[in-house]
Amino acid sequence: MTAITDKDLESVVIRFAGDSGDGMQLTGTQFTNATALHGNDLATFPDFPAEIRAPLGTLAGVSGFQIHFGSTQINTPGDQSDVLVAMNVAAFKVNIKNLKKGGVIILNSDGFDSKNLRLANVPEDQNPINDGSLTDYDVKLVDVTKITRAALADSGMTTKEIDRCKNMFVLGLVYWMYHRPIENTLEFLRTKFKKNEAVMNANIKVLNAGWNYGETTEMFANRYTIAPAKMESGVYRGIMGNQAAALGLISASVKSGLPLFYGTYPITPASDILHDLSKYKNFDIKTYQAEDEIAGICAAIGAAFGGHLAVTGSSGPGIALKGEAIGLATMLELPLVILNIQRAGPSTGMPTKTEQADLNQAMFGRNGECPVVVLAAQSPSDCFTLAYEACKIALQHMIPVFFLSDGYIANGAEPWKFPNSADLEPINVSFAKERAATDDKFMPYFRDEKLSRPWAIPGTKGLEHRIGGIEKQNVTGNISYDAANHELMTHLRQEKVDKVADFIPLQTIDSGEESGDLLLLGWGGTYGALRTATAQLIAEGYKVSHAQVRYINPFPKNLGEILGRFKTVVVPELNNGQLVKIIRDKYFVDAIPYNKIQGLPFMSHEVIAKIKQILD
Amino acid sequence: MTAVVEKLTPKDFSSDQEVRWCPGCGDYSILKQVQTILPDLGRPKEEFVFISGIGCSSRFPYYMDTFGMHSIHGRANAIATGLKATRPELSVWVISGDGDSMSIGGNHFIHMLRRNPDINLLVFNNQIYGLTKGQYSPTSEQGKVTKSTPMGSIDYPFNPIALSLGADGTFVARTMDRDPKHQQAMIRRAYDHQGTSLVEIYQNCNVFNDGAFEIYTEKSSKKEQTLMMEHGKPLVFGENNDKGIKLDGFKPIIVDLNDSSVNDLWIHDEEDLVKATILSRFYDDPAKGDHFPRPFGVFYVNNHKDTFDKLFNDQMAYAKEKLGKGDLDKLIAGKETWVVN
Repeated sequence: MTAITDKDLESVVIRFAGDSGDGMQLTGTQFTNATALHGNDLATFPDFPAEIRAPLGTLAGVSGFQIHFGSTQINTPGDQSDVLVAMNVAAFKVNIKNLKKGGVIILNSDGFDSKNLRLANVPEDQNPINDGSLTDYDVKLVDVTKITRAALADSGMTTKEIDRCKNMFVLGLVYWMYHRPIENTLEFLRTKFKKNEAVMNANIKVLNAGWNYGETTEMFANRYTIAPAKMESGVYRGIMGNQAAALGLISASVKSGLPLFYGTYPITPASDILHDLSKYKNFDIKTYQAEDEIAGICAAIGAAFGGHLAVTGSSGPGIALKGEAIGLATMLELPLVILNIQRAGPSTGMPTKTEQADLNQAMFGRNGECPVVVLAAQSPSDCFTLAYEACKIALQHMIPVFFLSDGYIANGAEPWKFPNSADLEPINVSFAKERAATDDKFMPYFRDEKLSRPWAIPGTKGLEHRIGGIEKQNVTGNISYDAANHELMTHLRQEKVDKVADFIPLQTIDSGEESGDLLLLGWGGTYGALRTATAQLIAEGYKVSHAQVRYINPFPKNLGEILGRFKTVVVPELNNGQLVKIIRDKYFVDAIPYNKIQGLPFMSHEVIAKIKQILD
Repeated sequence: MTAVVEKLTPKDFSSDQEVRWCPGCGDYSILKQVQTILPDLGRPKEEFVFISGIGCSSRFPYYMDTFGMHSIHGRANAIATGLKATRPELSVWVISGDGDSMSIGGNHFIHMLRRNPDINLLVFNNQIYGLTKGQYSPTSEQGKVTKSTPMGSIDYPFNPIALSLGADGTFVARTMDRDPKHQQAMIRRAYDHQGTSLVEIYQNCNVFNDGAFEIYTEKSSKKEQTLMMEHGKPLVFGENNDKGIKLDGFKPIIVDLNDSSVNDLWIHDEEDLVKATILSRFYDDPAKGDHFPRPFGVFYVNNHKDTFDKLFNDQMAYAKEKLGKGDLDKLIAGKETWVVN
C-alpha cells in the first residue's frame, strides 16, 4: 500500500454538484458545520434551481454548493473551485468551467452512463470520462452508486431508498480527504432519522464507507490539512443570513420586551425566516402565514397598532404588493420592519438567484412622498446586527424600516462570533399613558424631539383616537386637506427619517487608507468580494480603499466627507446602477458604476480587473 | 373584560368630527344603531376598535369616539385579523362596503371568514361605488347602467350571503338600514357571537343608486317581498302573514296559508348549514315573475368552531408551557459552538 502523505493547505474551495434530488445542499451544509467546528474561517454559496425536482439528470436540475475554507480570513465562497464533486454528467458540465486547471474532480462514474449523457445533451463519444478531455485535471473516478448499493445490499431497503444515501458516501470521502471531524454528522443523522432506525443506520454505514474508501483505496495519494484560522478569540458558531435575521428579530423582541408578530407569505428566498421564527413561540414570537403578501403586511400593521414589534418579510415581487401598505404605515407613523431578501427580478425573475436590484424599490417604490429608513446587511452574520438595528430604529422612531438582504447572504454561511444578549444595545419603548377625562385631550400626532408621535395602543383609557391613510393634521391627527399642512407633514415625515442619522454609527473605511486614489463603495452582500479584491489590490501597491454602506437611508453623516477624500469613487452593484445614482445625486460625486446582473455574486478577480482597468 | 364603572351613552361613542356622508345616506342609520348598541355591551370604550378600508362606509371609524383605523382599500379584514390575534381582549369591528369587501378585498374577506377570528364585520351593501361617484360594484345587478357601464353591466353579481357561507363563515346575517330595531338586533347578535360575524346591511345610496332596496324597505312592499327569519319559527311572510315556505325534499316552495297548514312549514334552524345554504339562494331579482322573498335575519350560526385568536394564543401558551420561557443566549449560540483562543 502506498503511503498517503498529508499536505498543508492555506485554503480550499470545494464545489459539490449533483442532481437536485442528490442531497447536495445537505452534503454542503454538513461539510460546512464540520469545517466550522474544525476552526476554519469559511464562506459558502448554495446555488440551486427553483424547481424542487427539476427533470432528473438534466442541466436545469443541477444543484450546487460551494464552500471556501481556510486558515486565513475567508471573505467569499471563492471565484473558482479547487475540487469539484460531480454526481452526474449534467453537474459536471455545468460546473467544470469554474474548476481551476489542475483541480481535483471526484466523479460518480455511475452518473456518466448513456442515459445521463443523453439527459445532459452530451454525445456518447464525448463522455468526459474517456474522451481525453480531462487530462488537465486530477480525476478520481468513483463508483459511488455501485458501492453504496453494495454496502446496503443487506439493508432490506429498496434501490431508490439506497440511492438516496449516496451523498453520505461522498461526504465521508471528502471528510477523510480533509481531516474533518465526522461526529457532528453522525449526531445529525441520529437526530434526523431517530424515528427510522433503518435509514439512520444505512446513512451512517455509507458515511463510514466513504471515509474508509479514502483510507483503503490507493486512489488518493494525499490528504490535506487546513489549520484552524487565526480569528479573534471568542466563542463562535456557524450562521446563515436568514437564520441570523431571525435571531436578530427575536433578540430585539426580547430586549424591547415586546412580543414579535411576523406577518408574511412564503416566497423564495425569504421563507426560511418564517420557518425559523415559527419555532420560537416560547419566546413570544408570533408568526402568521397570511393569504397573500398584502395581508401579511396588513396583519403586521394591525399588530403594530396593538403594540407588538411588527415585522413583515418577503422578496421583491412581494414587496411590490406591499407597497400601498408601506405607505399606510408611513402615514400612521407606526413602527414596522419590512424585510426584503432580494432575488433577481423583475417580476418572477430568477427566484433562487441573487441580485441587489430592489434598492430603488425600497427607497422610492411607493406612491407619494414616502420616505422610509433603509438598512442593508453585508454578510450572513451582519443580518443579525441589522435586523436588530432595524427593529430598534422602527420602535424608537415610530417609523417603517426596510431591512435589505439578498439570496446570496441569506443562504450563505460563515463563522460568527456571536454576542452576549446582555451586550446588545437596549431598546427602550414606552406606550402613551392613560388619561383621565379631566386631562387635556390626547393628541396622537404630537411629536417628540425625534419627531416621532406617541404609541397609543387600544385598550388604554382616555387615548381613543383615529388614524388612517388620509393626510393628518399635525398634532391633532384629524383629517386635513389643508394645503400648508400637507406640505408640513410631508417635510416632517422626511425630517423624521433624516433625524435617524443622529442615532446611527458613522461610516468607516473597511480596508485601506482613509484617503487615496480610489474608493470601492459597496452595499449589501458584495462585501466579501470587495474586501478580498481590495486586499489584493493593496498588496499589489494600489492606493485603493473599501467602504460598505449598511445605512442607506439616511446615510451616515460623514459619508460625503469620506467620498471627498478619494480621487475616484467606484460603486459596484449587482444591478444596473442604483446606489450609484443616489450617491451622485446626493453628494454630486462623479461616482463610476460597476454592474453585474447575472444572478450571481461578484467574483473578486472580476472586481480586481475592473479597478485596474480604471486606474491603469 | 374589565368591570365598567360608568354607564356609557351613545353620545360617549360619538367623536368630535363632523359626519360627512351625503344627507339622506343609509350610513347615518347604521352609525346610530352601532352607537346605540355599544353602551349596552358593558365594556369600557377604550376596548373598542373600529377598522375600515376605503369607501363611503369606511369613514365610519372617524365618527366613533373609540380607537379606530381608516386603512387602505380592501385590507381592513387583514389588519383587524392581525390586531385581534395579538390583542384578543379587544372588541374588534370592521366596517366595510360591497366594493371594499367583495371586490378589492375579496381575498381577505373569504380568508377572514375561513379563519374565524372573533371580529364583527359589518358590510354596508349599496350595490354601487359611491365614493368614486357611481360605477357598478360586484353586487350590482347584471345590466346595471352606471357611469362605467353605459350599455349596462355584463358582470354577474356576487351573492354576499352565499359567498360567506361558502367561505365557512360562522355567523352570517342580513339586515337593512331602514329597520333600526332589526339592525340593532343583528348587530347585538354579531357582537355576542364568538367568531367572525358577517352582517350584510342593505344600505341605500340615495345619490348613485337610490331605491335599490326600496322593495324590501318600504311599507307597501316589505311584507310581501321580505322573509324575516327567526330561529325556531316557521318561515312566514306576506301582507297578512298568509304565505309560507315549505320544503319539498330539498326544494323550497311557496305555499298559501289559506290552503296549507302553518305546521307544514319550514322551521328556521340557524344551525343548519344546508338549509342556510338554500335560504342564501333566495336571491332572485324581484322584478322577475316568480321569486322567493328576500330573507333577513340570521341565516347561519356555528357556535362550535374555535376562533382564530383562541387557537393562535392557545398555541403560544402551549409552546411556553412545553418548552418553558426561551433563553435568548442559548438560542443565539445554537447547538454547536467552538472556541478560538
